[in-house]
Amino acid sequence: MARRASDSRPAEGVDDPALAARLGRLTRELDALTPAPPQVSEKNPGPKGDAAGLAKGLRMSSELVAGVIVGGVIGWGVDWLTGYRPWGLMIFMLLGFVGGTLNVLRSAGLVAPAKIPDEK
Amino acid sequence: MDPIHQFEIKKLFVLGHIGGVEIAFTNSALFMFAAVAIIIGGMVLVTAGAGNVPGRSQSLVEMIYDFVADMLRQGAGEEGMRFFPLVFALFSFILVLNLFGLIPGFFTVTSHLVITATLALIVFFTVIGYGIAKHGFRFFKIFVPSGIPIFILPLVTLIEIISFLSRPLSHSMRLFANMLAGHITLKVFASFIGMLATGLGVFGFLVGILPLTMTVALTALEFLVAFLQAYVFALLTSIYLNDALHPGH
Repeated sequence: MARRASDSRPAEGVDDPALAARLGRLTRELDALTPAPPQVSEKNPGPKGDAAGLAKGLRMSSELVAGVIVGGVIGWGVDWLTGYRPWGLMIFMLLGFVGGTLNVLRSAGLVAPAKIPDEK
Repeated sequence: MDPIHQFEIKKLFVLGHIGGVEIAFTNSALFMFAAVAIIIGGMVLVTAGAGNVPGRSQSLVEMIYDFVADMLRQGAGEEGMRFFPLVFALFSFILVLNLFGLIPGFFTVTSHLVITATLALIVFFTVIGYGIAKHGFRFFKIFVPSGIPIFILPLVTLIEIISFLSRPLSHSMRLFANMLAGHITLKVFASFIGMLATGLGVFGFLVGILPLTMTVALTALEFLVAFLQAYVFALLTSIYLNDALHPGH
């Protein structure tokens, strides 16, 4: 019966109790020698968490600006179509500012993302 | 010495005219073809000789695959894997183009807004198209949040629509602005070295060590930015695709 030494459940399928005890001791000794993997936590998110955190920061920087620009462009278009200059630009730029703030809050995970309401 | 000069589009040869508009093969197109050739060629070569025990190049390709697949699964769930070809193509294309830009004398394709905007709009219309195909016109209800008093509902809907429309803009601007700004900064700092040396003589050479150090450090930072921007672009793509796949959650 060929078993790998790294198998940590020696008791099952091993008839000899002495062998089972020795395998159990070996497992414990190997566990003590193997360094524990670094704890991944909020403070130490590991290498993958670093990239994700940087990505999150980079995301937020342009969300607000994009909202304001889109609001401004829509407002300018409304002015151009209706001729009520500069009211469209003023109102939609402010709405764009609100939209941009919403984007920032969403990318920070502070506001739930938009979703289809459940049918009643 | 002009730091903008490096972004100039040059016509290599003219292919023809469509409706009075000249269609030319530019240096930008050349580098895009080169990037696609390197990605496809590399993948085909590596996977042709694939073994159970991966070699160096096979490990690299498998690492990129796992990286993108993990990101997509986290962003859009298991269903999101149907968009894996799109996300992987975007990631590898942007990554290779960004890294191309760091080779001296090479053209940085991703520093042009028209390229990044096109890529962002592909994602934008994919999200809308797939959302409507899957959920019908109920998809547009993501603009109408529930539980809002009726008299401020139009305002909130308008804000939601602006927020949705601003996505392709921020998506494309982020990549474009980072690449453009990074390359200009690098060029300006590098040109300080020459200016100091010609202007101040021996003393200039000594002071020139400072901008040289800065240039070396910035080059390292640009490598990080090149990877990170490709990652952010692909990550946001999978987050936006999640909206089309599960707008109810």
